[in-house]
Amino acid sequence: MNYLLGAFKPACNVSITFSDGKNRKQVPMKKENGQTALVPLFQSQETLSGKVCIEPYQGKKVEHNGVKVELLGQIEMYFDRGNFYDFTSLVRELDVPGDIYERKTYPFEFPTVEMPYDTYNGVNVRLRYVLKVTVTRGYSGSIVEYQEFMVRNYAPPPPINNSIKMEVGIEDCLHIEFEYNKSKYHLKDVILGKIYFLLVRIKMKNMDLEIRRRESTGAGANTHVETETLAKFELMDGTPVRGESIPVRLFLAPYDLTPTHRNINNKFSVKYYLNLVLVDEEDRRYFKQQEITLYRLKADTSSV
Amino acid sequence: MRRLGGGVEDEEKWLAEGIAGIQHNAFFMHRALDANNLREVLKYSALMLSELRTSKLSPQRYYDLYMRAFDQLRQLEIFFKDESRHGLPVVDLYELVQHAGNILPRMYLLCTVGSVYIKSKQAPSKDVLKDLVEMCRGVQHPIRGLFLRSYLAQVSRDKLPEIGSDYEGDANTVMDAVEFVLQNFTEMNKLWVRIQHQGPGTVRERQEKERNELRDLVGKNLHVLGQIEGVDLDMYKETVLPRILEQVVNGKDELAQYYLMECIIQVFPDEYHLQTLETLLAACTQLMPTVDTKIVLTQLMDRLSNYAASSPDVLHEFLQVEAFAKLNNAIGKVIDTQLEMPIVGAMTLFVSLLTFALRVHPDRLDYVDQVLGACVVKLSSVPKLEDARAMKQVVALLSAPLEKYNDIVTALTLSNYPRVMDHLDDGTNKVMAMLIIQSIMKNNSCISTADKVEVLFELIKGLIKDLDGNATEELDEEDFQEEQNSVARLINMLDNEEPEEMIKIIYVVRKHIMTGGTRRLPFTIPPLVFSALRLVRQLESQSGDITGEDVQATPRRIFQILNQTIEVLSSVPRPELALRLYLQCAEAASDCDLEPVAYEFFTQAFILYEEEIADSKAQVTAIHLIVGTLQRINVFGVENRDTLTHKATGYSARLLKKPDQCRAVYACSHLFWVDDDDLDGIKDGERALLCLRRALRIANAAQQMANATRGSSGPVTLFVEILNKYIYFYEKGNPHITPSDIQSLIELINTEMQSDNNNGNTRRTHSDPFFTSTLRYIRFQKQKGGLIGDKYDLIKL
Repeated sequence: MNYLLGAFKPACNVSITFSDGKNRKQVPMKKENGQTALVPLFQSQETLSGKVCIEPYQGKKVEHNGVKVELLGQIEMYFDRGNFYDFTSLVRELDVPGDIYERKTYPFEFPTVEMPYDTYNGVNVRLRYVLKVTVTRGYSGSIVEYQEFMVRNYAPPPPINNSIKMEVGIEDCLHIEFEYNKSKYHLKDVILGKIYFLLVRIKMKNMDLEIRRRESTGAGANTHVETETLAKFELMDGTPVRGESIPVRLFLAPYDLTPTHRNINNKFSVKYYLNLVLVDEEDRRYFKQQEITLYRLKADTSSV
Repeated sequence: MRRLGGGVEDEEKWLAEGIAGIQHNAFFMHRALDANNLREVLKYSALMLSELRTSKLSPQRYYDLYMRAFDQLRQLEIFFKDESRHGLPVVDLYELVQHAGNILPRMYLLCTVGSVYIKSKQAPSKDVLKDLVEMCRGVQHPIRGLFLRSYLAQVSRDKLPEIGSDYEGDANTVMDAVEFVLQNFTEMNKLWVRIQHQGPGTVRERQEKERNELRDLVGKNLHVLGQIEGVDLDMYKETVLPRILEQVVNGKDELAQYYLMECIIQVFPDEYHLQTLETLLAACTQLMPTVDTKIVLTQLMDRLSNYAASSPDVLHEFLQVEAFAKLNNAIGKVIDTQLEMPIVGAMTLFVSLLTFALRVHPDRLDYVDQVLGACVVKLSSVPKLEDARAMKQVVALLSAPLEKYNDIVTALTLSNYPRVMDHLDDGTNKVMAMLIIQSIMKNNSCISTADKVEVLFELIKGLIKDLDGNATEELDEEDFQEEQNSVARLINMLDNEEPEEMIKIIYVVRKHIMTGGTRRLPFTIPPLVFSALRLVRQLESQSGDITGEDVQATPRRIFQILNQTIEVLSSVPRPELALRLYLQCAEAASDCDLEPVAYEFFTQAFILYEEEIADSKAQVTAIHLIVGTLQRINVFGVENRDTLTHKATGYSARLLKKPDQCRAVYACSHLFWVDDDDLDGIKDGERALLCLRRALRIANAAQQMANATRGSSGPVTLFVEILNKYIYFYEKGNPHITPSDIQSLIELINTEMQSDNNNGNTRRTHSDPFFTSTLRYIRFQKQKGGLIGDKYDLIKL
């Protein structure tokens, strides 16, 4: 849809290259058709510079009303298809109207761009950054080329990071106390903790720790909430006895997590929860959900 | 957890499925291993290990499954070890395997990598071990948890930081190794105990069986503890034992407590047990009431006994820690507290304690007596002992001192010994009494004082008399005879050089055996009589020492007792036996020059003959005995002797059968001709000849009677026998025997034999060679010449 819609074959090939393209880190990004492609990675306040190259097909001439490059930050709601909310939009005019007969290269630069949000690809919402080159033409339709890139922002370790500790239970049936060592974890962190069994009157099959992502989109009456379970990690097998404590050690690295996003541009939020689930022999589930905050640590430079 | 219904067949099916699953995934794992593809290796190994998550198998089959996975894990370990193959530092690998979502495969992998991690020495072994043992807590399912921890124990066994191992040193001490094993043990024990709380009570029995199958997994930890180098006594005392016992006691589980106590006792050195006896025993008293404490304690004592026996050097240690007192105390407590313990249990304990006391403190008889005393108290608290096994234990208890000291005398000094015996039933009492006697026999012990004899007979009274009047009980005749023969032998063993004491012994024995009743007396009186006669002879040989009136040990007194004693036999009635004993006594009295006594005995013998002995065969025997004895006795004056010989001859002639008469009569001839060197010996040749003639007449009569009844004169044996007597007396110089007497007798025999042959009786009888050899003797003597030869020359053949 965002690609070339013209009834005719395009008259030229438009390509976008970044000036530090060779050295810049590339990360995989899932595209709409399900394939993954490597795209360059940026963070806020970085300068995006590069070249736009327009190369007419042999023997053709491109007649245009001007060439421009835009840097767009867009939020796309899937239930509101086709509507983009651009929270960032920067434009550079590259050429005045005229004709292009042969390959022509335009340098461009967006210095210290403010890109406050991370690229996000959720169930109902997508936040993306894109460079858009438009060769404006009159009657035959404009030629448009996109170059996606990814933005990840880093956060410093939170100054206050309390543990999560709580006692829960069902009267005369099950009482447990659980403790997670922090409430805020970075994406490659490891969750350490313990589950104490204070009272056990049911026979248990197992106990899992789940990481759940809650994505809410829209506002007011139009709010859509989608919850996904990203990790299901078995902590315990069998029934413990009173006084038993079960260790928790969950590495976050293997899971496809993002930082917690709160109220991004009034459009959506992404929150993470640890869900402790006990399953008894009759397959009844007892659970307790606790929110954790995820953040991306600066030192975290390894690829996902 | 929950068993789905179904039996063995289903289980077989599930096992087969599990094995197939393991093999399937192992195949892909191996392919990945060959390709050094870490990610795939982890994926398939986790899948393979997922088969172990089953809840459907019994422990035995689960073990089968586990072993298959175990084999595969060895391959995996080799792969993990080789960093060049997977390209990851082991520490990263340690994290990577923890990404597995299911806990069981995750933990197996973690343990496997952990073992590699320790081996790489990139981290202190104690930290890794601690982490592993802690993380294993996640598996709370008893069977899966047990096997997982068992796997952990196995892979870590050679990587403990014990003394002398590669992993010891710096921050890693043997204490860490101990701590690790103890913790793993603790957790395994908890899991193991917990099995019983799984599922409904209906499957209780099966669960117990399954738990029993699993116990060695738990016990293995204790074995490891026992083998860790560097666990010294202090550490054992302060840390290891208290921690183990805490688990044992707090587990509150019968099966576990029993097994683990057993393990502790078997696994750790004797020396440690000795030094921690108090702690160990205290734990024993805290076990569940249903635990078979006795076996535990028994094993402990057996071990300690063996330890003490192994080397005399360690004995002082036992004294130092007052081992006996502590054990005694503990056993008392156990018996007191465990009221429902069967009596056999208590007895077993006493046996062990006694064995212990005997081995460790052989010099402390008071200990032995103490144990027996406690035993008496326990036995008194219950009604009559009826449990056969308990009885057996009591017998063992009583036999132990006998075996140890090889000397009944020692046992006799134990005041509680007879009191224990009182609690046995009759049969067992007899068995025990037999054992005592056998012990005496075997060791040739001499019981030499009347007091001891008194005690001894008190002990074996089961054999001496019928107890509680239940004599109606049918006894095996053979057994009875054997018992009584033993008693008889025992009586013969009693001896004392000192006559005064000996007579007391005899009194005591007599007192006891007289209570024995008619069936026993024939067995017991003879040895008593002979024992007394032995004393008489002893006194006789040292005659002259007898002084004073109050002396008990005079032959005269002894004979009085004997007379009374033997009298009892005649009323039993065993007249033949009594007669023999009278004759023996008479002979002894004769040796002592006590004519009236001897006469009295003979009188008794004759009376018996007349009144009690009616059987003709018995009469024949009796006559010959009487004649034989009378012939030897030389104490009688002429008058007494005449009376007696007259009587004897008279009896002889009145025997029923002619041949018997004949033989008895010619035997009587010896009464008149006693051939000894004594000059004043009786040499009444005329009356001897008279006897022979009378015998001849009887023989003749017998011959005729035979002729009349059977038409043949029968054998001439009697004549040949008489001929021999003639020759005897002739040779001895009886002047009334002439060569012509002999010659005519020979002719007579010849004639008889001839006529016998003429009658067509060609059968050669046995008298024929007898006669022939008699003639040969005569010829031989003729040829010899000399004085005898001259004499024989007068006989013409």
